[in-house]
Amino acid sequence: MTTAPTPIAKGGLRPADPDHDLLRVENLRVGFGEQRDLTEVVHGVSFSLAPGECLAIVGESGSGKSVTARTLVGLTGGRSHVGAERLEFAGRDLLAFKDRDWRGLRGRDIGFILQDALVSLDQLRPVGKEIDEALRLHGWGSKAERRARVLELMELVGIPEPAVRARQRPYELSGGLRQRALIAAAIAMDPQLIIADEPTTALDMTVQAQVLEQLQQAKARGKALILISHDLAVVSQLADTVAVMFDGELLEYAPAAQLFARPEHPYTQRLIEAIPSADSRGARLSPVVRRASLGEARAYEASDEPVLKAERLFKHFRGPDGHDRTVVDDVSFELRQGETLGIVGESGSGKTTTARLALALLDPDGGGVTLAGEEWSGLPERVRRRRRADISVIYQDPLSSFDPRWTVEQIMLDALGEGYDDKVARRTRIAELLEMVGLEPAHLGRRPLQLSGGQRQRVAIARALGPQPRVIVCDEPVSALDVSIQAQVLDLLADLQQELNVSYLFISHDLGVIHHISDRVLVMSDGKVVEFGDADDVLLRPHHPYTRKLVASLPVLERPEPTGPRPFGRPPRTAGPPITEELAA
Amino acid sequence: MSATPQAAGADIGRPGAPGGAPGSARPRVSVPDWVRGIRPGVALAGLVVAFFVVAMIVPSLLTGHDPYAVNLEETLQSPSWSHIMGTDQSGRDLYARIIYGARESLLIGLGATALGMGIAILLGVLAGLGNKWVDGIISRGVEVMFAFPILLLALLFVAVFGPSVTTEIVAVGLGTAPGYARMVRGQVLAVRDSGYVEAARALGHPYGSIVRRHIFPNAMRPLVVVMTLGVGQSIVWASGIAFLGLGVPPPSPEWGALLNAGRNYITQAWWLEVMPGLAIVVFSLSLTTLGRHLQQRLEGGVNR
Amino acid sequence: MATYAEPTGTTAIGVKPRRAPWLKRIAWRILGAIFVLWAAATFVFFVQQLLPGNQATLIMNEQTGNQQSYTAAQLAPTEAKYGLDQPVMTRYWDYIKDLAHGDLGKSYTQHKSVTSIIGEQVGPTLVLTVTALALAWLLALATILFTSRRRKAVSALGSGWEIFSAGLPYYWLGVILLVVFAIELKVFPVQGGTSIEGLVLPALTLAIPLAGFIGQVTRDEFEKVLDQPFVTSARARGMGDLAVRFKHVLRHSVLPAITLSGWALGALISGAVIVETVFARPGIGQMIVGAAEHRDVPLVSGVVMLVAFIYVVANILVDIAYAIVDPRLRG
Repeated sequence: MTTAPTPIAKGGLRPADPDHDLLRVENLRVGFGEQRDLTEVVHGVSFSLAPGECLAIVGESGSGKSVTARTLVGLTGGRSHVGAERLEFAGRDLLAFKDRDWRGLRGRDIGFILQDALVSLDQLRPVGKEIDEALRLHGWGSKAERRARVLELMELVGIPEPAVRARQRPYELSGGLRQRALIAAAIAMDPQLIIADEPTTALDMTVQAQVLEQLQQAKARGKALILISHDLAVVSQLADTVAVMFDGELLEYAPAAQLFARPEHPYTQRLIEAIPSADSRGARLSPVVRRASLGEARAYEASDEPVLKAERLFKHFRGPDGHDRTVVDDVSFELRQGETLGIVGESGSGKTTTARLALALLDPDGGGVTLAGEEWSGLPERVRRRRRADISVIYQDPLSSFDPRWTVEQIMLDALGEGYDDKVARRTRIAELLEMVGLEPAHLGRRPLQLSGGQRQRVAIARALGPQPRVIVCDEPVSALDVSIQAQVLDLLADLQQELNVSYLFISHDLGVIHHISDRVLVMSDGKVVEFGDADDVLLRPHHPYTRKLVASLPVLERPEPTGPRPFGRPPRTAGPPITEELAA
Repeated sequence: MSATPQAAGADIGRPGAPGGAPGSARPRVSVPDWVRGIRPGVALAGLVVAFFVVAMIVPSLLTGHDPYAVNLEETLQSPSWSHIMGTDQSGRDLYARIIYGARESLLIGLGATALGMGIAILLGVLAGLGNKWVDGIISRGVEVMFAFPILLLALLFVAVFGPSVTTEIVAVGLGTAPGYARMVRGQVLAVRDSGYVEAARALGHPYGSIVRRHIFPNAMRPLVVVMTLGVGQSIVWASGIAFLGLGVPPPSPEWGALLNAGRNYITQAWWLEVMPGLAIVVFSLSLTTLGRHLQQRLEGGVNR
Repeated sequence: MATYAEPTGTTAIGVKPRRAPWLKRIAWRILGAIFVLWAAATFVFFVQQLLPGNQATLIMNEQTGNQQSYTAAQLAPTEAKYGLDQPVMTRYWDYIKDLAHGDLGKSYTQHKSVTSIIGEQVGPTLVLTVTALALAWLLALATILFTSRRRKAVSALGSGWEIFSAGLPYYWLGVILLVVFAIELKVFPVQGGTSIEGLVLPALTLAIPLAGFIGQVTRDEFEKVLDQPFVTSARARGMGDLAVRFKHVLRHSVLPAITLSGWALGALISGAVIVETVFARPGIGQMIVGAAEHRDVPLVSGVVMLVAFIYVVANILVDIAYAIVDPRLRG
């Protein structure tokens, strides 16, 4: 074991204890493919876990965290190769396992929970049957015993009226209930170890809190827990030990308290700094320094007159049951020049519909929107078209918002406002826009598919800036990005606002992001405005019960003590991997 | 941190693990990427299609025999070196007849596909871009057309108009149109509701220009693949009609007509049925292979 | 936990169960079917009106085997017999009215009603097509279950076979099966009539291409579903591979192919026309070819309407099957 990452057993971490440990992993490697095409995706990872402990494996996409977790239940897939110096669970050597051994282990000794239950439970079967399956597969009890046990389990995870719910299918249950059913199926055989792979991704904040609560209870019952997540804040709620992975390597492995208070690896430090929250307002999240200044770009005058004003908006949609549903219900707001208004809410709260009403891509059933003091939503599209330069949009998924046949240059040409008649002027303007968002002229010839996620979102921002808008509607612009890329995009948006005095209508489900970037905040639920006001007022001192519940369900990471002034400029690249894909690209 | 992927101790080893494959350094010939991406099966399919296209344009290049030359000394000969696919009841060389029949068969296939696709594009685009009523009426109409299987439609047309090549083309074209139309409509709808069309609207581009620059090109792109697959299918159906004796009349060497002529000799001369059928199968299978290859390329990204 | 009500949002899959009453939906479905039949009948009727030349002349020539023209007086009895002397709209109305009573008109060549001719011939064809449909499903499912996402060679073999067989023309496959198994090996009769042994080759001829087609559609879906998180969930509960395929994956992946089955039954009757000719098997297929040759328009249109009817009924059955497999669509 000469070349393994040695500084792993750090101070504060208890030494491996062969008698007590439930799980011991030493120098684990996983590769995919055959022969020459073999790619190793996990390069020598070691950790151990005792009963009643929670280990969190944290990393961004492509870090190998999920593959590591799946190795422990033998579900890495057919074309994978697993090797390790030691891979032991409860004293048994997993490396020697045959298919039949794995089947006996899965579900009985190790429970495995995947993300959203809407996709992790079979939609065509009642949830009771899914839980029952976990028992039946391991030959537990008679049919009647199993039925009783299923109800008992459902009660244990807090599902009311289990007898009724057991007969329902996942799509008939609310998000919280079906997530509990998923957990019930995973813990049915009372396994010693529970592995949860991104158990709260894609879930609403309030449901996420319920899931974490359930996992906490399992841990309290003495179960060992492995939590796989990209979200440090979520992890901080449960973990005793944290392992940080990047590109298949274990970079830091330390007790949670120590890791969050004094992160040693620069990558861990940057990950923690990249988390947007109430405390990060006005500060930069990423270490990337802004190079470009904006030259002759015109900035709008700040003014108290609202640039975008919505008054008593209503919108109804025909539901699948044939009845009208009020999706936007009496929503009003004002957005001033140079300000950011955050709209936050859970899925189905009507925030995206509100954004489309503001953009006049959808006509309201009641109320109206004014743009730059003039009528906007009530005008015919022909008239609106000429004024669309004043308001533009950035979507959550930039890829689908680009015509797949077009190059970046064509996309940008399409977005130029009026007054760029000759070729040279257009070229100059496009180069200027790309520079504003930190892209190179070399990107002009690429197509969207050939760009990384962060680069795509930068092109989307450049396109939105093209017509020199007064307002940009940002609809979940960072929700699909990794934490470190999210940090860069949020920084970029803040920089652009400072320089151009553009206004943002910023839609997000993420309270941390909203609090970080917004001057004022609008909380929506069921189409209605629940609370509206200054960001700190609303999010630090919420009045409405719904806002309170929302704020309470937000996992907050205790930030490390600032160790002096934050280093400005690019951090040393010696030890850590590049934190951005774009710097490398 | 380790630099070598195969670090000490931890050998990647599960059943079928690489036993240290020797890094065979193959000599690299510089081949353009797009050529290297073509699998042998696809290359073969391309050759087959090219072969039949040559047969369609200059059949005399591919055979020395005269497809119409009757030779009563050599009737119903089984395949041999002088007649690689045998001869028919009049002693005509079957291979030559198949080669010379390619033109009519391919033209029928192309004609029927063009007709079907033309109707489909018209209906599909109208339904996809039209309002609720236009869409509703066209979609219902297409649904009704589904109730007529191609061959039965053809038989109805034959009964009414009498057998002819035109009847054959119209029947196959009309019979395949509803399937294509439903697909075109789906494509148009998907593009119309896509993020980039909304993004273009948000930029203030007029609807006409969005249709011209985004919706039309993106909705039509997959149709290239469908056309490729469709020509093969049309030939199969058209020759089926001819097989029943309701298409091109003899002595034409059109493939379906050959099949029809061979029906009476099935117990004595199997090759009269098997060989023309083989030509149809090989040709349509090659088109399918090419079509699927094209589809993978289109889906794998634009101009990768 | 707080007691805040979950947002009642609807996702793409539709969180809210639909509450439309059963009866109303069935009524709509039947109305739709009647509409399709009416539209199909209208189409068939007006195609008949496009007949070039004089219809009565054609009928008389077909009946007598001559090729000549007649005086108006000679044509009058035939025109009266087939109602050709009535205005078009009257005849259209009569045609629709008769159809509603199951009367498909009178054959030009055989002096019987079309309904009774079809009634005599339809049995063997229905036996053939339904057998073929069942056989096709069996073949397709077996191939999928055992070859999809297996070792590379096995999967490639499975999907290659599907592409190949889906493109096989009925006449060619039929001829090859006939030559190999009936003429050379003599395992099955060359002309089997309506016997059980005689059913095997024709049914296989129809089933193999359809199996390839169903297989292609299902395999795409099957492999997509194999990657779904709920499948991983089931494996993580300790379920074996074959059980996962049978209990979870199969049910999801047959949905698109079920939708196609209604259409497939129509296509199978199309194929039966060819297959019955190849194997000289009695049925409406053989009969309709002869009718088309002799320009017996009422008989051909009668069969076309019958197939439209079968198509409509099959699609109602498909809807029911779909709702059984996928309870999300139940009211």
